[in-house]
Amino acid sequence: MTDSRDELEDFRAEARAWLEQNFPKSLAGRGGAMMRSESIDESESEALDWAKRLGEKGWGTPTWPAEYGGGGLTQLQAQALHQEMDRARAFNPLIRTTGMGITMVGPTILEYGTEDQKQRHIPKICRGEVFWSLGYSEPNAGSDLASLSTRAEDVGDHWVVNGQKTWTSGADISDWCGVLVRTDFKAEKRDGISFLMIDMHQPGVETRPIRLIGGASPFCETFFNDARAEKNEMLGELNAGWTVGKRLLQHERASQTGATSGMGGGARRSLRDVAREYAGVDGDGRLADADLRSRLTAHMMDAKSHSLTLARVTAEARGSAKVSAAASILKNAASLVAQQRAELIVEMMGHNGLGWEGEGFSPEELDAVRAWLSGKAMSIYGGSAEIQNNIIAKNILGLPENTQRG
Amino acid sequence: MAALTEEQSLLKEQAKAWARDEASVAKFREMRDSGNEFGFDKATWASIGEMGWAGIVVPEEFGGVDMGYLTFGVVLEELGRQLTASPLLASGLVGATALVLGGSEDQKQAWLPKIADGTATVTLAVDEGPRHAPARTALAAEKTGSGYALRGHKLHVLEGMSADAFVVAARTSGSPGDSAGISLFLVEAGASGLSRQRLITADSRGYASVGFDGVEVASDALLGEVDRGAEVLDAILDRGRAGLAAEMLGTAAQSFDMTLDYLKNRVQFGQVIGSFQALGHRAAGLFTEMEMARSCVEAALQAIDDGSDDVAQLCSLAKCKAGDFLHHMSNELIQIHGGIGMTDEFDAGLYLKRARALEATFGNQAFHRDRYATLIGI
Ligand SMILES: Cc1cc2nc3c(=O)[nH]c(=O)nc-3n(C[C@H](O)[C@H](O)[C@H](O)COP(=O)(O)OP(=O)(O)OC[C@H]3O[C@@H](n4cnc5c(N)ncnc54)[C@H](O)[C@@H]3O)c2cc1C
Repeated sequence: MTDSRDELEDFRAEARAWLEQNFPKSLAGRGGAMMRSESIDESESEALDWAKRLGEKGWGTPTWPAEYGGGGLTQLQAQALHQEMDRARAFNPLIRTTGMGITMVGPTILEYGTEDQKQRHIPKICRGEVFWSLGYSEPNAGSDLASLSTRAEDVGDHWVVNGQKTWTSGADISDWCGVLVRTDFKAEKRDGISFLMIDMHQPGVETRPIRLIGGASPFCETFFNDARAEKNEMLGELNAGWTVGKRLLQHERASQTGATSGMGGGARRSLRDVAREYAGVDGDGRLADADLRSRLTAHMMDAKSHSLTLARVTAEARGSAKVSAAASILKNAASLVAQQRAELIVEMMGHNGLGWEGEGFSPEELDAVRAWLSGKAMSIYGGSAEIQNNIIAKNILGLPENTQRG
Repeated sequence: MAALTEEQSLLKEQAKAWARDEASVAKFREMRDSGNEFGFDKATWASIGEMGWAGIVVPEEFGGVDMGYLTFGVVLEELGRQLTASPLLASGLVGATALVLGGSEDQKQAWLPKIADGTATVTLAVDEGPRHAPARTALAAEKTGSGYALRGHKLHVLEGMSADAFVVAARTSGSPGDSAGISLFLVEAGASGLSRQRLITADSRGYASVGFDGVEVASDALLGEVDRGAEVLDAILDRGRAGLAAEMLGTAAQSFDMTLDYLKNRVQFGQVIGSFQALGHRAAGLFTEMEMARSCVEAALQAIDDGSDDVAQLCSLAKCKAGDFLHHMSNELIQIHGGIGMTDEFDAGLYLKRARALEATFGNQAFHRDRYATLIGI
């Protein structure tokens, strides 16, 4: 933005010094494994401590306004912070421990929330004290989200919510849920929806965890049975929930573009090293499996072109905080690249890439099979690959909407 | 190509009905959840034994029915549809083939009748690393006064926890990487110095890592000629690959049917999702792949029965094309089912996990493309 080069370098030095003082060296590079779970193990006192310090500094949400507990940094400063975090192999655990708080709900509250809502909800997200889930999908409203039927009735001083959501990630451990509900049954499908923030700690809310193919059970069926939502917990105007909800989805997609800076901590080995170990090399130092070599190269080229596109989009968008339609392109590209990568790793590891548990497999191998399986969801959630393509065809390419809706 | 005979068609119907009613994917799931150490249900295997399927390629004089590999493929395809777990392929096809092609009269007498009726299982122990590479055999068989001593290990041995005997590829001369110098030995599971450890895999089947710590065998444990095992090993593997290809075809065909069914029933935007051309064309493309893969699988099995000279080539073709189709199909199975596809309650994940294991067994698609290239001289 307006930072001069010197100011930015000053900030970089400050960030480096702060990380030096506050990020425990023992956690360096452990982000990969830690970021795969929603909560920090109680026994990991250093990690808990790190999360707390990061939250208090506001640097888990670096660009959010300082008045609500954010870091108050400019985009460039935030970028410098992420670079320094990468350098220190540090990571931001709050991205996981707040559920969808940082990536999706927070930015939407900042944009659409009342002053009161911002003051009540944002600081808790910044400090990592609250876990948010999102109740959009229903058994009969997935891609066709607008056909949702969970309803909220105005009973004077509060809303009464009834209906069923499904695939609600983290619902069972969440404190709050952003729920799309129908508030007007006569209006056109998209015009009768509102966005309610529902306190999950109440008798009217029930969750049933559903096990995923990767073994873990991070998502749930969520039942609202005369659940209560306060009047001051509607985000955006009555019946304007579709606009609010779609905006939030853009934030979700923006968080799924594959920009992992400051998140992963680079614990993983390079593909090259994995390939060389499992497939071996010939006398000239090339991968011994020529077929694998060429497919691996094609993948690495895809990965590179994805990251170059990401960099280009970021550069072009600098200065305007707007989430553009380009996020749709990046989401599909990112899931394709990540899924390709996971498939290749499993293939390279041969039968060891299919180890499930117990002896005979390295932690890296056991991790690979789970990453491969859970990664299949990337092209399903946040608007499936097909729905992204429909959006690109319609909104970006201007092709007529026929059956290709969404 | 291979139009099924009346006998084969009848068997196909029988196998389909049995698998659906008695050994369905629900049964497989039960077995998985029970933590079954062998990776298959003993009662299911006993029924297979009673039906005589483990003797399909065993000559009649040794208690089999000698109906050939295409017939075997027909059964494997139907069991592949339901993910029916059993040592049928590992023992009834691969183990039996090893004995038929390489076994001495005594070895055949001792093992084939028991393989055929399912009362004993014999499996092939070939790979030593996670990736299929038979020529890299390093497990050493050293000559002793009365026979050989085997030292080394084998990884991911199919049905290795339950097997009664192993056909072990061992090195009697040369060094890892050479095809020459490999010999095959028939080793009983109870031999002293032999140890096995269960490997728990994503597809929940019975794999074992098998250790040979100076296992002593007599000279008559040799299966085929010393140092010249590679050729017969290749022939055994090819028959195994063709059988795997048939199983893969079944697993993929069932995935296709499940997907097609969902396309016809799941409604979004007020219409069945199959009405979206983006999905309809994908289904049409998968159907095309399926028909092409089927031709390759049947041709390979038929070529084995006919004793054609292009068996190796066709087996690599079949394993690769069935593998490509299964790979693609298992991913589409998940994607087209959306959220439901990601749940363990639904069966898609079971098919996906099994798919990759089948792909990796006895050479993945890349292995067989490379082998095919070599065989056709490019
Ligand atoms: C791991 C995971 C976590 C999730 N977390 C959450 C969460 O926290 N909160 C939440 O609300 N939801 C969540 N979801 C749900 C997710 O948003 C939905 O699964 C997604 O919107 C797809 O809906 P569906 O599953 O009903 O599939 P469907 O909409 O039934 O789609 C089935 C198939 O049809 C395709 N399809 C549908 N319409 C069209 C069309 N017009 N043109 C072409 N193809 C089409 C789809 O792309 C898909 O391949 C999660 C899902 C997963 C897998």
